[in-house]
Amino acid sequence: MINFGYTVWIVLIPFFLFILIGFFGNKFKPIVSGIVGTSGLFASMVLSYYTAYQYFFVVPKLGDTFQKIIGYNTVWLNLTEKLHIDLGVLLDPISVMMLIVITTVSFMVHLYSIGYMQGEKGYMRFFSFLSLFSFSMLGLVIATNIFQMYIFWELVGVSSYLLIGFYYTKDTAVAASKKAFIVTRFADLGFLIGILILSFTTGTFDFITLTDPHGPAIMMGGGIVFLGLSTMTWSMIFVFMGGAGKSAMFPLHIWLPDAMEGPTPVSALIHAATMVVAGVYLVARMFPIFHFSAPVALDVVMYVGAFSSIFAAVIACTQFDIKRVLAYSTMSQIGMMMFALGVSGYGEEAGLGFMASMFHLFTHAFFKALLFLGAGAIIHAVHSNYMNEMGGLRKHLPITHITFLIACLSIAGIPPLAGFFSKDEILAASQGKSMFIFILGLIISALTAFYMFRLYFSIFWGKEQHYHHTPHEAPKVMTIPLMLLSLGAIFAGLLPFASFVTSDGKPMAMHIDPAVAIPAILVGVFGALTAMVFYRKETNIPEKISAALGGFYRAAFRKFYIDELYLFITKKIIFNHVSRPIAWFDRHIVDGSMNGISYVTNEVSTRIKRFQSGQLQQYAWVFVTGAVALALAFIYLWTN
Amino acid sequence: MFEGVPLTWFLIVATLMFFIGIYGFLVRKNLITMLMSLELILNSVNINFVAFNKLLYPQHLEGMFFTVFIIAVAAAEASVAIAIIINIYRRLVNIDVEKMEEMKY
Amino acid sequence: MTNNQIMFFIFSAIIVVFSILTVTSRRILRAATFLLFVLVSTAGLYFMLRFNFLAAIQLTLYAGGIVVLIIFSILLTSQVGAKLELPGLTKKIFAFLAAAAGATLCIFTILQYKFPETSIISGRTNIDDIGKALVNTGKFGYALPFEVISILLLAAMIGSIIIAKKRKD
Repeated sequence: MINFGYTVWIVLIPFFLFILIGFFGNKFKPIVSGIVGTSGLFASMVLSYYTAYQYFFVVPKLGDTFQKIIGYNTVWLNLTEKLHIDLGVLLDPISVMMLIVITTVSFMVHLYSIGYMQGEKGYMRFFSFLSLFSFSMLGLVIATNIFQMYIFWELVGVSSYLLIGFYYTKDTAVAASKKAFIVTRFADLGFLIGILILSFTTGTFDFITLTDPHGPAIMMGGGIVFLGLSTMTWSMIFVFMGGAGKSAMFPLHIWLPDAMEGPTPVSALIHAATMVVAGVYLVARMFPIFHFSAPVALDVVMYVGAFSSIFAAVIACTQFDIKRVLAYSTMSQIGMMMFALGVSGYGEEAGLGFMASMFHLFTHAFFKALLFLGAGAIIHAVHSNYMNEMGGLRKHLPITHITFLIACLSIAGIPPLAGFFSKDEILAASQGKSMFIFILGLIISALTAFYMFRLYFSIFWGKEQHYHHTPHEAPKVMTIPLMLLSLGAIFAGLLPFASFVTSDGKPMAMHIDPAVAIPAILVGVFGALTAMVFYRKETNIPEKISAALGGFYRAAFRKFYIDELYLFITKKIIFNHVSRPIAWFDRHIVDGSMNGISYVTNEVSTRIKRFQSGQLQQYAWVFVTGAVALALAFIYLWTN
Repeated sequence: MFEGVPLTWFLIVATLMFFIGIYGFLVRKNLITMLMSLELILNSVNINFVAFNKLLYPQHLEGMFFTVFIIAVAAAEASVAIAIIINIYRRLVNIDVEKMEEMKY
Repeated sequence: MTNNQIMFFIFSAIIVVFSILTVTSRRILRAATFLLFVLVSTAGLYFMLRFNFLAAIQLTLYAGGIVVLIIFSILLTSQVGAKLELPGLTKKIFAFLAAAAGATLCIFTILQYKFPETSIISGRTNIDDIGKALVNTGKFGYALPFEVISILLLAAMIGSIIIAKKRKD
């Protein structure tokens, strides 16, 4: 029996780094914090790879299933015999996979930031917050029970707030960080309600007990029915609300584009590869419950994911800020992961959607992080975020150009790059469930290819703009992560992923079905070629098409007015009709009763104090009357 | 019954005198008139003791002795009271009890 | 109607009427005089009950001592001829109510209770017995209260002198 106790250190090293750099970072030169942070993450990364090797290759399987192993566990809060909140490390295929993804991407981002953030005030603060985030995210994925996950979920939200608002002197950054925190916090309300309903119905927080297909939680099945849905369905819907907030699904997506106010490495780490996939991870973790006890909730997941995906893809086609395009692209890809989970069944071949979703999560981390870090290099070179101010950069930034191209090809689904394999599996799974979703998936793939190549061609081809100073390639410390990530974007698809990560732990075979693959490749190539025609050289085709689309184009450019709708709801409806009465109530009734109590006390005391008048005869009168009354009471009334 | 006078008559007289004295104590403004009412009260109690002694326990003398001591104490108390009244008069040049309210809230 | 009863009625009438006059009179010296009459009548009651020694003490101390003291203090402190102020109506009513309530309660209780009759008929109190009892240290002796009273009187004397003394300022 292998002792996995060392896995605790994967999580704790970043935590200690956070404290170390946070308190002592400014006593040394800035670069020291960068190197310390990066080395710590390198150590975590090595430990995660070792854990993965041990888990997948050395530990014997139960039958032919990968078993869930508790690496470390300690009871933190004992509520009752069966209900207790633990802190521990759970190892199972998806958590080990996430460990690899998080530590790898975090390490790349750390390395990149040593160069990117050079010269910034607050360099040490940045690295300590990065370590805090890594700690929170790692803690989230290895959680043994849902409450521990919730704790780290909130911590991730806090780290995101701190990092988005890193440039705290900029008003837009502060507003964006508040927006992110408030929206995700609101979603977490749903998550908490879901946790409470779930633990109340099943009596436990523990994941292993909850998700065991033959275990008590799932055998409970329907249970109490409320408004036509069982309690398990309600709890899963609420839990999904929390996941939807964190993963920027419609309508809780509004924070993600604004979150691009943070430094680009932050966008790469948090808003591309790790934090936003937390919602997908949550659904994957609770998947047996979704499948067996709450299939309605799983349909909700599917529709929300599909809608968010196409919604974001349409908006991404119209945006000019490169980070915004990437943000909407992320939302679209996560939507795909969500609906892949939604169409999935459980066990063996039926669980294809689950496997596809996790596979796409894995490959997406690589190419999306690569895209963001590349965008960071471009912004660093040109000092602007807007692609209509760029053009012809391929001559000036060769390495960035090549890696960016690799990432675009990968995300468009061109074989044999990684994105093709994972996207193909998603499309295969959705074809199995519903033709409508399959066609939708194809449309989304086409749009994805289109807007990514639109981005690519606008930046690196086209007419060269007049730049302030000649753009120069980024330093080695920034380009090496780009190159390493591009290796991942190329080769990650060739991994036999399905023999490691599946819905029930049993390995399955992964095959490419031409009926799915050919249409996928065709739409991807079609999208890329369209973009090439429009944007490779300066043309006016884009303007003509956007003029032709008229109102629809304007709406898409304005992100379909969702932000304005939210502002309207909060300002006109909630503030006026909910907040104002509550404030009135608080001021007049709650405060009023307190004031009233003191007022009454004052009045009573003013009346009563006349007893102490200083008049001797009054005292004597009271004495006499009292004596007479007492005598009356004792002689006549107290009949004992 | 003492030669035709029942005990209750003595007691009623004493009670009336007692409560007249209380009325006077509560009503009068001048300190010295209050003192006079106080003497009325004490005397009524004396009558009570003596009546009880003579009519219920004639062989003992407790009531009489109690009364003697009450008279002695009343005398002492009256002298101290008048000394205080004279002192107050020296300070405030009037002895109206309603004007003496230093112990007010 | 025995003699005793007639004597009793006269004395009690004097007591009640003059005590009412004491508490309601508007001139202070008249109030003192009425008090004197009340005290003398009380002494009369004691004489009727054959408590001669006690009656003598009452006359000496009360009528001859305390009333004189009161009159001295009246002369020392207030304008003798002036009319006293009437108290306010509310005060009178409240005080009357309190006193009346108390009186009714007490008289009612007294009338309800049956006092035991005693068959022993006694005569005059013997001054011998009084003297012996006063210095008796055994049972039914009053030596201790006697001594304590003397200390009390001493204390009262000293106290009054100190309180009423003229300060040198």
